[in-house]
Amino acid sequence: MLDNLNLLVIAPFLNVQLLLDGLFIGAIFALAAYGLALVWGVMNVKNLCQGEFVIMGGYFAWYIGDMGIHPMFAMPVAIVGMFAFGWATYKIMIARVVEKDMFTSLLATFGLAIVIQQGLNLAFGPEVQVADSGFPTRSFDLLGGSITVAEIKFYSFLICCFLATAVVAFMKLSRMGQAIRATAQDVRAAKVMGIDTEQVFAFTYALNAAICAAAGVLISMIWVIQPFYGITHSIRSFVIVTAAGFGNLAGVIMAALGLGVAEQYGGFVFGAEMQQVTVVGMLLLVLIWRQVQMSRYRQAVQ
Amino acid sequence: MRHLNVWTLAAATTVAMIGTSSAAYAACDEIILGSAISFTGKYSTNGIHAKNGYDLAVKKINDMGGVKIGDNCYNFKIKYYDDESTPARTAQLLERLIKQDGVKYFLGPYSSATTKAAAPVMEKYKIPMVEAEGASRSLFNKGYKYLFAVLSTSEQYLASSVALAAEIAKKEGKKPGDVKVAMAFENDPFSQDVRAGVLDDIKKHGLRVIIDDKIPRDLSDISQTLTKVRAVKPDLLVVSGHSKGAATAFRQIGEMKIGTPMIAITHCEAAKVISKFPKVANGILCPTQWAETLSYKGPYFGTAAEYDKAFKAAYTEYKNVPYQSAQASAAVLVWHDAFKRAQSLDPDKVRDAIAATDMKTFYGNIRFSKAGNNIAKPMVLRQIQNGKYNVVAPSEWASHKVEYPRKAQ
Amino acid sequence: MTSVTEEKDREVATTAEPTARRVFTFNDYMMFGAILLFGILGPILFPNYTFQIAVLWLMVLFAQTWDVMGGQMGYNSLGNIFFFGAGMYICAVTQIGLFTDVGAYTSPSDPGTFNFTPDQYYIGVAVGLVFAAIGSALLAAVLGWIVFGLRGPYFAIGTLGIALAAGELIGAWEWVGAGSGFPIPVYPGSGDGKSLFYYALCFGAAIATFLFLKWLYSTRFGLAINAIRDDEEKAEAMGIHTMRHKTAAWMISAFFLGISGGLFGNMTGFIEPLEVAFPVATFGIFMVAMALLGGKGTIWGPVLGAILFHILKEATWIYFLGWQWVALGVIIIINIVFFQQGIVGWLQERYPHWFGIEVEARSPGAKEAAE
Repeated sequence: MLDNLNLLVIAPFLNVQLLLDGLFIGAIFALAAYGLALVWGVMNVKNLCQGEFVIMGGYFAWYIGDMGIHPMFAMPVAIVGMFAFGWATYKIMIARVVEKDMFTSLLATFGLAIVIQQGLNLAFGPEVQVADSGFPTRSFDLLGGSITVAEIKFYSFLICCFLATAVVAFMKLSRMGQAIRATAQDVRAAKVMGIDTEQVFAFTYALNAAICAAAGVLISMIWVIQPFYGITHSIRSFVIVTAAGFGNLAGVIMAALGLGVAEQYGGFVFGAEMQQVTVVGMLLLVLIWRQVQMSRYRQAVQ
Repeated sequence: MRHLNVWTLAAATTVAMIGTSSAAYAACDEIILGSAISFTGKYSTNGIHAKNGYDLAVKKINDMGGVKIGDNCYNFKIKYYDDESTPARTAQLLERLIKQDGVKYFLGPYSSATTKAAAPVMEKYKIPMVEAEGASRSLFNKGYKYLFAVLSTSEQYLASSVALAAEIAKKEGKKPGDVKVAMAFENDPFSQDVRAGVLDDIKKHGLRVIIDDKIPRDLSDISQTLTKVRAVKPDLLVVSGHSKGAATAFRQIGEMKIGTPMIAITHCEAAKVISKFPKVANGILCPTQWAETLSYKGPYFGTAAEYDKAFKAAYTEYKNVPYQSAQASAAVLVWHDAFKRAQSLDPDKVRDAIAATDMKTFYGNIRFSKAGNNIAKPMVLRQIQNGKYNVVAPSEWASHKVEYPRKAQ
Repeated sequence: MTSVTEEKDREVATTAEPTARRVFTFNDYMMFGAILLFGILGPILFPNYTFQIAVLWLMVLFAQTWDVMGGQMGYNSLGNIFFFGAGMYICAVTQIGLFTDVGAYTSPSDPGTFNFTPDQYYIGVAVGLVFAAIGSALLAAVLGWIVFGLRGPYFAIGTLGIALAAGELIGAWEWVGAGSGFPIPVYPGSGDGKSLFYYALCFGAAIATFLFLKWLYSTRFGLAINAIRDDEEKAEAMGIHTMRHKTAAWMISAFFLGISGGLFGNMTGFIEPLEVAFPVATFGIFMVAMALLGGKGTIWGPVLGAILFHILKEATWIYFLGWQWVALGVIIIINIVFFQQGIVGWLQERYPHWFGIEVEARSPGAKEAAE
């Protein structure tokens, strides 16, 4: 461990490498996490099949790449397809859990996650799949070492930025976006003002699925996908949203990028097996820190 | 209670005896082989490879007339359950196969983890299992009497690549202590046992370990380890983590332009790396239990190449036959051979027959040590050269020379 | 004068409590008798199913211990499986550590095996289970201090995080075999003997849990944790020391879960961190699903839920091979989305008198007659 720290000091370019890798991957985390923040904030649904949506998006890219078309073209297809899937899921299932307590949505979507995993497994087999973007890797000499940046990571970072901006603009400018924000503030009041909240919920959930799908398309070109890989993406989303709070896009982005970098550093310093522990450990730290903060205001017998 | 059990047992045996004696007149009876194998979960890729291997061999044997014991003939049939890639499930399912389904002969699950859970159950009920997918050497130092493995054990996987690195260093006039090795092994029973073997070999040859990372199981990213690799420039990089680990490693080695002159990764064939990563794959060393180019030959499938052909004909989706399938088929052949020699359906007699196995097959020779592992077959090391797997070590099997250093893109 | 009546009122209130929540009603006796009968006759009538029925009792234990927190106290933990795994490791390490060096035994390059004599085996299991129970309970006390400030979803996710991290951390700890895991000492008797031995222990553990919780819910402690569920701030305002109650409730769950972990480790014969000891996504979620299926917050709900769930699960595993997880997912969804209050919850609403719940609106006549 100390060797690894020492390595970071004597070879400073490694810091740049880790930082870049962390930011690039963190941007993708931010997409899925923002989707979760949306459904959590607007309709109070804790969507535990977030990661499965991501993986489904990845399978779009893989499938289209397999047909000989560049997997990047899967992006619009995946977004539209998953939007429809999200809408249908809402109508069949989620609509019935919106009003219920928090645990209901958590478990119901866990059930859905199992079904999706197995559905993918039955449809495409359990093999690890990749979509090949075909973009080269570039190296730069910096701080006495060479940094490699796979072009696909860079492009995906740009796409993430674009999508995030698009979603924000949509929320601010469109009628639907305004309705979503109003519903998030107060469902009852929104209803009184004539907003069809049912429609808003369906749209929000579908939008979440579409955002996740976009993240999935990128993931399949950078990492690898498999029907059972969703859970780690779900956990990351929960960590990010719990840390950032929902309804706070800037916070979500900061937390996601931070998590991406922390994972890279955690894996580098403590060994790759500690990467997951880093994520969970950060979550616990955030929660405990919050608790300590809150306890200052609590006056009860404790 | 004991009393009652005896009676139920007696009743069951009577029923079974009536069943078998009446069926003797029918065309062929069935011998049920049981297997709890991974259809879902993280080992499922290879679980399916193994299942395909089992099925192909069963079909072949039944087509050849099945098992003849005295005047009766029997066809093999496999009863599968899905162990979901978790050892906790394996133990339960084997209990079910033994107690409820009355299975008395077993084929192994996929992976060392599940086999480690299976072995105690087999010992408990004194029922033999011929397994083809659990390579962990710690399976064979626990004194298990009912576990037989047709494959070579885990410490042999990367032994020849370490030896190769030492050999090349000697040729180049380097001291062994200057040869730096980076290791990344998945944190699961199989890969960790491979690691233990590699460490022994490294000690033997006097090489130096500079990176020793564990890859978490549910992770699709080892870029931090590879970043370290780029910084410290080892002479040999070894990675092991089933198909998933192989796919991740290939992808990121290419993406991060890792220039290590020698890289060895397990489970290349199962991860179908040549078709997925054609550019990166070149020059990477892949240990294998079996290769279709080897000159093995046996009575069932003929030569290794003929097995390769038969397998591809039966399962058209395969471009390369993974060794996981070949060894699964070999396990079924061991059962057939043992039944033939035992001329009995009694598990203990068949077990003794298995222990005395000495056969030549398309998969290589099979002869079990007292501990139950196959000691008659070596592992070979192949290098991916121009999109093909060529055997480069050990020297008695090598068909091509190793390309060193590996050409980085 | 007034003070006397007040005194009397208070007396009535305190004595009325236990009668309203009698420890056992007639129906309870019937159900309990049926389960006892099944538990004892099960392995005799269906000797081939001993192992599965033993697992069934563990499932019953899981659902009950989850319900202490989730159902009775309103703290939905997703990480209770942590205590199962902790118990498993504590028990296994004790079994081995009493007689030989753990580090050497668990090492993957272990040259040979240590043979345990029957006495060593039984002593190991007995001491191991005690340590597992107490150790898990102590861990609950420590962790409770960290997570009990969290509410609602944050508590659920925080506990989930603990269970996930535990699996990974054990997986990095060479002394207990890290990711390789290690085999548990082998039972010295016959195969069927082992099944019966562990069957008896599992059944005993499940029954002990049931009786203990049944008694617990009838005490002031039961009322206190129910008050925390209904409104924690008010409960605190009433002078209930919520933190102590919460910690105690979790320690009780952990105590029994630790035993179940020790038992399951021995039944499986081989343990390793992620799949066997800390299976967050299977057993960890199953215990919640079972409690909800039966009806959380009731004494019989988790028991019935676990039995039904286990039977359904085993049936889908036999008849829907390949589709079993889809079937399981669909069952969970239907259960959660359409059938929220669970079986016992539904029955309780429909036939309250079966559960010894007196509904006042029903007996206005009786009141008048008394006057």
